[in-house]
Amino acid sequence: MTAEPLITRQRALARPLLYAALVLCALLTLLPFVWVASGSLRSLDEIRADPGAWLPHRVTLDNFVRLFGTQGFGRFLVNSVVVAALVVVGNIVAASAAGYALAKLEFAGKRLAFGAVMAALMVPFSAVFVTQFVITVDLGLADTLTGIALPALALPLSVFIMRQYALSIPDELLEAARIDGAGEFRIFFRIFLPLAGPAVATITIMSFLNSWNNFIWPLIVAQSMSTYTLPVGLAATSQAAGHVTDYGLMLAGAIVVMLPVLVLFLFLQRYFVQGIAGSGMR
Amino acid sequence: MTTTLLPETRERRLSGAKARPAGRSRRSAARRTAVAWLFLAPFALVFLLFTAIPTVAALGFSLTDLRGADLRTPFAVDFTGVENYVRLFQDRSFRQDIGNTAVFVAVGVPLTMGVGFALALALHSGIRRLRGVFRTVFFAPVVTNVVAVALIWRYAFNADGTVNKVLGAIGLAGPNWLDDPNLAMPVVILLGVWRNFGTAMVLFLAGLQAIPQDVYEAAALDGAGRWRQLRHITLPLLLPTTLMVSVLLSVFYLQVFDEPYLLTGGGPLGSTESMALYTYRQFGAGEFGTSSAASFVMLVLVALVSLVQFRMLRSRT
Repeated sequence: MTAEPLITRQRALARPLLYAALVLCALLTLLPFVWVASGSLRSLDEIRADPGAWLPHRVTLDNFVRLFGTQGFGRFLVNSVVVAALVVVGNIVAASAAGYALAKLEFAGKRLAFGAVMAALMVPFSAVFVTQFVITVDLGLADTLTGIALPALALPLSVFIMRQYALSIPDELLEAARIDGAGEFRIFFRIFLPLAGPAVATITIMSFLNSWNNFIWPLIVAQSMSTYTLPVGLAATSQAAGHVTDYGLMLAGAIVVMLPVLVLFLFLQRYFVQGIAGSGMR
Repeated sequence: MTTTLLPETRERRLSGAKARPAGRSRRSAARRTAVAWLFLAPFALVFLLFTAIPTVAALGFSLTDLRGADLRTPFAVDFTGVENYVRLFQDRSFRQDIGNTAVFVAVGVPLTMGVGFALALALHSGIRRLRGVFRTVFFAPVVTNVVAVALIWRYAFNADGTVNKVLGAIGLAGPNWLDDPNLAMPVVILLGVWRNFGTAMVLFLAGLQAIPQDVYEAAALDGAGRWRQLRHITLPLLLPTTLMVSVLLSVFYLQVFDEPYLLTGGGPLGSTESMALYTYRQFGAGEFGTSSAASFVMLVLVALVSLVQFRMLRSRT
């Protein structure tokens, strides 16, 4: 009985400590973001004079002007957007259709098809990229944006998300249409797709994230600056002579690469978390 | 059982519950299969071209002396058997890379899981307010572009970078982190942990939320304190989640590429080069056969880890 107040007192002490610890962790997590944002807005002279300062003395957009003016980041940005658009559209089409078939149709080879999805989820990229590259070269798609987008057009994760969602849609809705004599394609477009909105949203987010942040594959396929995506362009620029010390320019580049995804994340957090928690994969 | 009965009942309903000639039903089954595969066609095509064929071909390539220059004349390539594999394991740098990758897994996985679990627990049962805000913040690194973050880390861990400034402020002389063969690895692993603890946290949170609250209430009535509840309720019930997270992270760290490539390029003295980086380096040097052999070793390792951990998962639950 006497232990009761002791525990409450301990807990009353523990909670503020826990909040303090969490705030500290949050600050450590956010530190790189704050630092990159502040650095990108400082002039080269200012950074050289005082590299460790946390806030710009005088805010300037000069780094961004140089980035898009002379460093070709406009091109990289367009390339990234084009590839991401191809990947998102491809995944919506391919995964909606495949997910629907796997969840709602009975056919020969269904287990084989689902096994393929699971296998594709597990095969590590580093085990197949050499042959993927050889195939891309054979298709005449090396150093093209199509070649960069192609392997990601129908991600197994997207198919998996759509299949899981489709399983939760009651069969009765589709059966009713079937009894009315509607064909499978009509049922798919008129009844299934309008109900699959949340899964389509998750797939859009996940495939955009995958495409925007993808680094190794575009690094392999893009062989000239005209096909660089933003991450490849940023890595190449930072490795070029003289740029490593051009902090402001590089941090501005980092902002351009990070910002679109972070903004999307802030507004559509639910779908990001669902997509990753639902499968545990990126 | 239900899956095999389903089409039968559907057909019967369609035909007004009347028996039909067997030939017609077989034809409609064939039609259904054709329609379904039409739906699957886009995925199947990409799967064949970029997963199935490459996996088989990687094994094939690994048994030949294929080089980058041979791409235009694939029939000039010689079959060399297991020669690539023998050479691979005689290569000291590949053996070093296996060791490095083992360190990535052995240190990175528990560290990432530990941070993710501690934060999940704190957010789930430690605090009442600001849960959403903390979750957003801790998850942000997961969606952040690795090239950009690696750039920031390189600046932070420079000889005169932010980290050493902080150390200098408390009177410590900071080393040149990424140029030191002993210190580069911890920095590279730290970036991996920073990028992945959010994923672990979200998965643990989902697992914690699935534990029914009345189990805790019953334990509290029996006089079990917080630590005993954690040890005897939370941890055992969270085992499936823990195993799933450990599989995911093990597979991630087994293939780790971005972090060492961007921070150190595998150096200094190969001290941070992973197996994935080795396959990439061989590929870059035009040694496609050796690269394929190394990547096939990785494929086998990833498959083994998944298999072992899924077995454990099945036997425990």
